[in-house]
Amino acid sequence: MKRMMVRRGNSGDAQLESARERWPSLFVTPLAQRARIYGAWLLLVGATIYALWHTGFFDVTRLIDGLGKLGWLLGFMFPPAANGWFLDFCEGILETLGMAFLGTLFAALIALPFGFLGARNVVTSAVIHFSLRRTFDCLRGVDTLIWALVFVNVVGLGPFAGILAIIVSDLGTFAKLFAEAIENIDRKQVEGVRSTGASEIEVMRFGILPQVIPVILSQTLYYFESNTRSATILGIVGAGGIGLQLSDRIRVNNWDEACLIIIMILITVSIIDHLSKLVRLRIIQAQEYRP
Amino acid sequence: MSLTTAQDPVRIFEEARSELRRARRSKEFLFAILFAATFAFSVVVGEVSIATLWEGLPSLFDYLADTVPLVRADHAAADIGEWFWAFPKWLALLGDTIVIAFLGTLLGTVGALVFCFAGSRNLVANRWVYYAARRLTEVARAVPELVYALIFVFAFGLGPLPGALAIMVHSTGALGKLFSEVNENIDMGPVEGVRAAGGNWFQIIRLAVIPQVLPNYISYALLRFEINVRSAAIIGFVGAGGIGQELMFVIRQFVYTDISAIVLMIIATVSLIDVTCEKLRHQFIEGT
Repeated sequence: MKRMMVRRGNSGDAQLESARERWPSLFVTPLAQRARIYGAWLLLVGATIYALWHTGFFDVTRLIDGLGKLGWLLGFMFPPAANGWFLDFCEGILETLGMAFLGTLFAALIALPFGFLGARNVVTSAVIHFSLRRTFDCLRGVDTLIWALVFVNVVGLGPFAGILAIIVSDLGTFAKLFAEAIENIDRKQVEGVRSTGASEIEVMRFGILPQVIPVILSQTLYYFESNTRSATILGIVGAGGIGLQLSDRIRVNNWDEACLIIIMILITVSIIDHLSKLVRLRIIQAQEYRP
Repeated sequence: MSLTTAQDPVRIFEEARSELRRARRSKEFLFAILFAATFAFSVVVGEVSIATLWEGLPSLFDYLADTVPLVRADHAAADIGEWFWAFPKWLALLGDTIVIAFLGTLLGTVGALVFCFAGSRNLVANRWVYYAARRLTEVARAVPELVYALIFVFAFGLGPLPGALAIMVHSTGALGKLFSEVNENIDMGPVEGVRAAGGNWFQIIRLAVIPQVLPNYISYALLRFEINVRSAAIIGFVGAGGIGQELMFVIRQFVYTDISAIVLMIIATVSLIDVTCEKLRHQFIEGT
């Protein structure tokens, strides 16, 4: 490009020269910027090589052995087979769904009052607001699987521990989301209800709740989907659901059964996704068409 | 002049209203029955028992109270030092966790780059290639990381290697989908331009697509890194390296104060990475 413009003649040449003088950064990247780009690349490449070395990717014999074993077990996965355990697998899937359902439901119910308490426009005290929000952050910061391990110690092995783990870890998320939904409502309806002489409880019931219910419902459904996914793995630490059967099959080398369980999980999760998407769309539409 | 009953607007309104309410009520009734049935079924399958909860609740509070270490005001430093007695070891394990997440994200991004162009409807003429790429990434992201980790631990043995591989496969699926969607939303003008100038498919991708989508790619990859740090912290539960293995051990052995120390360190690391990544993301989005 530059060559062509130069060849065009004196006037173009002169223009180019003056442009080069006035905006040198357009023609040559400044040294500092170039150094920064090269430095970032160097850092990335260095970090990658270190990470590869540190995790053992340069141990070629191990890698080849592992890949061989992986191919071997993939071969055993097909065709997937139940070997007479199909009904038990179905029971595990249903247990997983039940865990996700109850966990999400109770988390949402418990979180609702906390959502009101954590909303700045309902409770104006900065101290309560701050302390509640930080408590929720801590609950959210600890993964469901860690809570599951803790609850297995407290209430014993089984799906109940998983339900409690889902409740506690989602409580933080829901309380935060609900509080944000309540903070985003239209003030006018609240004022209207209050002007009729309603009590604080009545203001919440008739001024705030009708506005946030659709949001809360669709968020709860969304988390039901995500909890179905996480409930499938809670069994790996003994907290009920299909995960227990899956990890057992993998540990004792029953790859055809493990493969069937994985396929059943995939189908279940996609069905739940689909259903919940349908219901969520309906809730949103009902909201829009309300006269 | 008086209205006949058929024309009375109040009556018409009331009739329509009661009709509507009846229709709604029967629907609501059906919904309530369905809900109650699901609830009852879940309670039975989930082995929910108020008695167990009632018995377990005090022990839960005892459990949580036991994780709070004894820190006396007169020698707080020594007590905190004792609480975090294995700080260097845990820090090294957290370092492992971050390395696993980093490598998993990086390799996952590379994998996503391999599949994302084939999975974009506007860049691939062959429908079969498109479907194959889409379905492959779908399977890769539908299976949880922990399941991949279980399988890879069996194949490659314990340690961070299977963890990084598990995160890589899952991230390939998750990022592959996002990258493809970014590709499908590009401005097709530059693509036409490069094609008109005689560019082949690879030149189209390199010169017309990549410059448009790179900031989005980086932003998504950084977001994935944040998510992967969380996953890498728990992937050790099945023996795939990182802090998770140690956390599992102390929870199983009831070393209460160690549990709180490790969990706090995980939370601190995750928030630190979140903040850093957010800054980087803003730089990449605004810098272009």
